[in-house]
Amino acid sequence: MKDMTAPPPVTETQVIRVVKAMRRDRRAQWGPVVLGTAGVLAFLLVWQLYSQFGPISDEFLPYPAQVLSQFFANFAYASFWASVGATLWAWMLGLAISSIAGLVVGVLIGSSRFLRKATFTVLEFLRPIPSVALIPIAALAFGPQLGAELLVIVYGCFFVVLIQTLYGVADVDKVAYETTLTMGMTWLQRARYLVLPTLLPYFITGVRLSATIALILGISAELIIGTDGLGQSVAQAQLNGAPVAMYALIITAGVLGIVINLGARAAERKVLFWHESIRAEVPA
Amino acid sequence: MSILKNVGYWLGLPILLILIWYFATLGDVSTFVPRPLPLWEKFASVWLGENILTDVVPSLGRLVLGLATSIVLGIVLGVLIGSIRAARWLSEPLLEFLRAIPSTIMIPVLLLIIGMNDQMRITVIVLGCLWPVLLNTITGVRSIDEVLSNSAKVYGIRGWKRVWHLVLPGASPSIMAGVRQSLAVGLILMVVSEMFASANGIGTLITNFQNRVAVPEMWSGVLLLGIVGVLLSAILALIQKGVLKWYDGLKAASHGN
Amino acid sequence: MATDTNGIRSIRGDVRLHVENLSKTYHGRAGAVEAVRSLTFDLHQGEFACLVGPSGSGKTTLLKMISGLLEPTGGIVALDGKRVQGPAKGLAVVFQEYARSLFPWMTVEANVELPLKTAGVPKAERKARVLEALNDVSLGHALKSYPWQLSGGMQQRVAIARAVASRPTVLLMDEPFAAVDAQTRGELEDLVRKVWREHDMTILFITHDIDESVYLGSRVIVLSSSPTVIQDDIAVDLPDERDQISTRALPRFAELRTQVYEEVQFAKTNAGGARVERAA
Repeated sequence: MKDMTAPPPVTETQVIRVVKAMRRDRRAQWGPVVLGTAGVLAFLLVWQLYSQFGPISDEFLPYPAQVLSQFFANFAYASFWASVGATLWAWMLGLAISSIAGLVVGVLIGSSRFLRKATFTVLEFLRPIPSVALIPIAALAFGPQLGAELLVIVYGCFFVVLIQTLYGVADVDKVAYETTLTMGMTWLQRARYLVLPTLLPYFITGVRLSATIALILGISAELIIGTDGLGQSVAQAQLNGAPVAMYALIITAGVLGIVINLGARAAERKVLFWHESIRAEVPA
Repeated sequence: MSILKNVGYWLGLPILLILIWYFATLGDVSTFVPRPLPLWEKFASVWLGENILTDVVPSLGRLVLGLATSIVLGIVLGVLIGSIRAARWLSEPLLEFLRAIPSTIMIPVLLLIIGMNDQMRITVIVLGCLWPVLLNTITGVRSIDEVLSNSAKVYGIRGWKRVWHLVLPGASPSIMAGVRQSLAVGLILMVVSEMFASANGIGTLITNFQNRVAVPEMWSGVLLLGIVGVLLSAILALIQKGVLKWYDGLKAASHGN
Repeated sequence: MATDTNGIRSIRGDVRLHVENLSKTYHGRAGAVEAVRSLTFDLHQGEFACLVGPSGSGKTTLLKMISGLLEPTGGIVALDGKRVQGPAKGLAVVFQEYARSLFPWMTVEANVELPLKTAGVPKAERKARVLEALNDVSLGHALKSYPWQLSGGMQQRVAIARAVASRPTVLLMDEPFAAVDAQTRGELEDLVRKVWREHDMTILFITHDIDESVYLGSRVIVLSSSPTVIQDDIAVDLPDERDQISTRALPRFAELRTQVYEEVQFAKTNAGGARVERAA
């Protein structure tokens, strides 16, 4: 009987396949980085070519080099940072107010079946109203002030947080709830050990979604009403006939968007991590 | 009896609020606060008259056209990028950056490049609405069940047939979620682009009213936008129900287990 | 034996599946892992071969290589004399996860019909074959239902119907009844045997259930644990007419079962497949 324990002699095909597999592994490590950078460079190249040879004059579509250098040059101007700061400040305030309001109202409504049913139609009507529809009203009521921008941001984000909070409250495990009743927990204890931990992931998701929405609402308000911020700077640049500045500000807004997005996701992960380890301590 | 109860819940608070509103505004109020009756009158006269043709229809038309373009483009590109790993690696950083740009900030630039016309406004909508559909399509394509994908491979389902029978239906729940997000963004872009630079449209009219401090008319515009938002969401929900009937059934069945 | 252009030695007429020196080595950051060392066996027309082995013996890896879903590191798989490189025509697979292998957006009928549609079978013939296959598995009434409306056992029967309707050269089944309850398993086992005899199919059936392998198969191939080789190849000489009660009560069944069991036990504790010496 042939000895089955020794491996059969290695053939050339096998060697080739092994080498290919190893190359595939290395490719998977570096591929995304290399190709990703290549993609961005390709985009810049197409931009450059289109701007140089395309139908749009390079006055209206400046070269990437011009825009990028303006983008970096902006960092030296105090007015630039004031603008960014104004947008961020309104964003932060708006997000905070709408999150807290959404959480409180959400918990109140969510905890009561009567309230949930009674408020359903009103909420379902108010929710789809695009917050930007309030821009003219905000403009008339507040003028080009922070309050106008906050009105728009808060109205839009409030409902997002509210809906998520309602989902969260609805998700509270019924059996666990009844257990807390038999244990004679106070409302406060129940909130701490049962409701809030269940609610937390949903609430954080709501805040993360709102973070992006708040930015676009804020900039839209600044664009139309003229409140201080990036939107207003772009409108101003348009009036001054400075396309390069406009493009540079668009890139700035994009960078801001990415920072906010990454920051929101990081915060979400941190809070949920904490939440999971807290969860382990909740009595079954 | 329970139908009556439900109707009571649906209409109770709204009617109560409207009554409170009516009585609260009977006396003298700041000019910015509308009264219910004049508001209703203005709503009817402004929006149910000829303005439907000159403003409402163009606005909604642009929105629908922009959305349709975004959806088609988003799905086609999304399937391509989602299916080919190299394409995904190439485009991911770029796409992540482009979608992070708050699309309304591009309105002034597009005004410069394209001019104050319908193409500009539709382009604005497409530039904002493309990303949710595109990125959700990519996610959907990548999340197709491995066993299902293997089954398709084994039975020789390749190429276009694979896209039609496996990839598109499999990604459709994710794509629909993207379309819902696109609708919300599209509404924002439609309104803001019309407020900033347009000769006609709902947004333009509202801005005109604001400039003339015609308060009830302005509020009527807000009311109209609310109705538009509700209607469009309802239509989308109906479409979703039809397209994702199998998905709802599947989830219900697996929850029952 | 002559050697043809594929380098495969000429195979005897009715060999449907030829596996020769099949091997698979994975290369990760931790180094090379030899999952399958060398597998060689032939499947003849009409055979019902069961593949058993301990966990981690590469059963699923083997199935993926035979069905063309995974590229082997070495060796050859040939279907009806033709080399398998990627999913081949003439192969049908029934997977363990039945719910995930059926298209949830299609009806049962559409699911069974899809491979035929893809292969270009004309409509009238398609409909006939689909109905015939579904009747074979007693699901003729469920044509317009959706898979998720059916029970687990019924879903697996739809998967079997889909395989049968495609009239495969070889039917591969990857632990198809592992996720199904015991009673349903018995029904499905008998169903597979019925379908096998009616259509004179060639089946490679992978399972970890030793009793099942002896009950179903005309042949039991025992795999060693990783790095996998074939440890034993046992002919099952039970009568062709089998049923759950009397066949399993036969003394010969118990003998075969013990034999397979001992081989598998040995495989668990001895990697690389040294052969068990036992009295003839």
